[in-house]
Amino acid sequence: MKLNSEELEILKIIEENHKASAETIALMALTSEETVKNTIKKLEDEKIIMSYPTLIDWTKVDGQESIIAMIDVKVTPKRGVGFDDVAERIYRFPEVSSLYLMSGAYDLSITIEGKTMNQIAAFVSEKLSTIDNVVSTTTHFMLKKYKHDGVIFDGGADDKDRRMVVTP
Amino acid sequence: MKHDVAYYISQTAKDLQPSGIRKFFDLAAGMKDVISLGVGEPDFVTPWNIREAAILSLEQGSTSYTANAGLLELREEISAYLGRRFGVAYNPKNQIIVTVGASQALDLAFRAILNQGDEVLIVEPAFVSYAPLVSLAGGKPIAVSTSAENGFKVTPEQIEQAISEKTRALLLCFPNNPTGTSLNKAELMEIANIIEKHDLLVVSDEIYAELTYDETFTSFAAIPGMYERTILINGFSKGFAMTGWRLGMLAAPKEFVEAMLKIFQYTTLCAPTMLQYGAIEALRNTYHEVESMQRSYRRRRNYVVQTLNNIGLDCHTPGGAFYVFPSIRATGLTSEQFAEELLMQEKVAVVPGNVFGESGEGYIRCSYATSMPQLQEALKRMQRFLETKGIMRDREAGALSQL
Repeated sequence: MKLNSEELEILKIIEENHKASAETIALMALTSEETVKNTIKKLEDEKIIMSYPTLIDWTKVDGQESIIAMIDVKVTPKRGVGFDDVAERIYRFPEVSSLYLMSGAYDLSITIEGKTMNQIAAFVSEKLSTIDNVVSTTTHFMLKKYKHDGVIFDGGADDKDRRMVVTP
Repeated sequence: MKHDVAYYISQTAKDLQPSGIRKFFDLAAGMKDVISLGVGEPDFVTPWNIREAAILSLEQGSTSYTANAGLLELREEISAYLGRRFGVAYNPKNQIIVTVGASQALDLAFRAILNQGDEVLIVEPAFVSYAPLVSLAGGKPIAVSTSAENGFKVTPEQIEQAISEKTRALLLCFPNNPTGTSLNKAELMEIANIIEKHDLLVVSDEIYAELTYDETFTSFAAIPGMYERTILINGFSKGFAMTGWRLGMLAAPKEFVEAMLKIFQYTTLCAPTMLQYGAIEALRNTYHEVESMQRSYRRRRNYVVQTLNNIGLDCHTPGGAFYVFPSIRATGLTSEQFAEELLMQEKVAVVPGNVFGESGEGYIRCSYATSMPQLQEALKRMQRFLETKGIMRDREAGALSQL
């Protein structure tokens, strides 16, 4: 779908801050509030805006930590449907938080979240590796999140405004 | 000592006036929870690739002097950059100097072209350093005042009126600090006619060139006939978010560069080596980041200009830099009173326009190089302040029509 420059500008402003009000976006993009509202509605209807996720650092909340693993999966593609069928069987599991088809040494990359290591082990051995076309799996547990979707966890030094209060 | 200490201070130093900005800095620096729209520098930290390149050069031991004019590799990049972005050709071997900030480039330019008593026309409102730098070089600064009626653009008539037999050069800075005003090619060409007619030089401070939002930026050196008469000054501070690096550049016909290089080699020797390596990376691989910062400023400019007009402060739409320069005349206050009362009542720091020259009286400089939430809060506070002065928000007369 081709967007005009105004729609594109609105989309980029939302990408940075989806909580900006229609009024603010209109002022920033030099358009009317109504155009902003209509554009957002259209982009949502077209599923160009898919959702407005919130990035949470759960490690800071007691008792809410989770275990994240990334799994490389080799798959025999199926005649006629390729990888899509196998992918669908996998991404329907709610514990799968992302799934990509990759080029290179393996085919599918899965991110999975669980409460315990056992839970993830159970998923790999009972659900994933028993799927017909899955040839092999390699599981990597995530040790620490430094940066996710462009956001540096624990802020990073660059967040601080070090400028003097008035300069020429 | 035989005398009072003042005896030992030179007359030159005594004659220099302290910058009006200093007073505001002292006032605001002592307060808590101030939202500052008084900062004349980007709110971005230097892109990481540039910082990383400087760190690497230190790790590799690049700690000795470079050539006076700067690393040839950097001058080659500068030459390519000026050609690519502004269509001007400078030989990296003898037409470019890497300076310690654009400020030093200005200093070199004035010292190299002025004889005692020569006059330099300065388009005002203007950056606070220009007039003192001219004076320090033995010249005489002559203000060419512009006004809000035509968006602080300088006209050929205004320039011509200020020209005398002693006029040596015209100093231009567009996009401008503090007004944000930029001039397009046609407007610069009209100025060029005057320059030609009166046989003058132009010192063109193009430090905000990368931050031009509505029209394509035109370098004064690219105007037909002006290359030979222009000392082009630019730098890394604003466009690349590198203010603290103090790295500038100047480019000019080689006879001028030769003269400036003589002064530079005695006063400074060369710009810091490791930072020059960072600058090479800046020019090679930072295109996308520069563009994305530029887009971010443009959005904030749109927001701030319209909101200021909506809350009752008349404000033209500046074509560049990251400043807006609204009129505060409706409040009946002077610029200094306004800035001081706003700071005391609402803890928002702005810079009174009069520090940039007489024609800045009745205006304030607000920098929008601050995060959107901070800008929103600052404008809310300013609106509250204006209401106490009897100025009410007028939403119906929204500012969109002015854009």
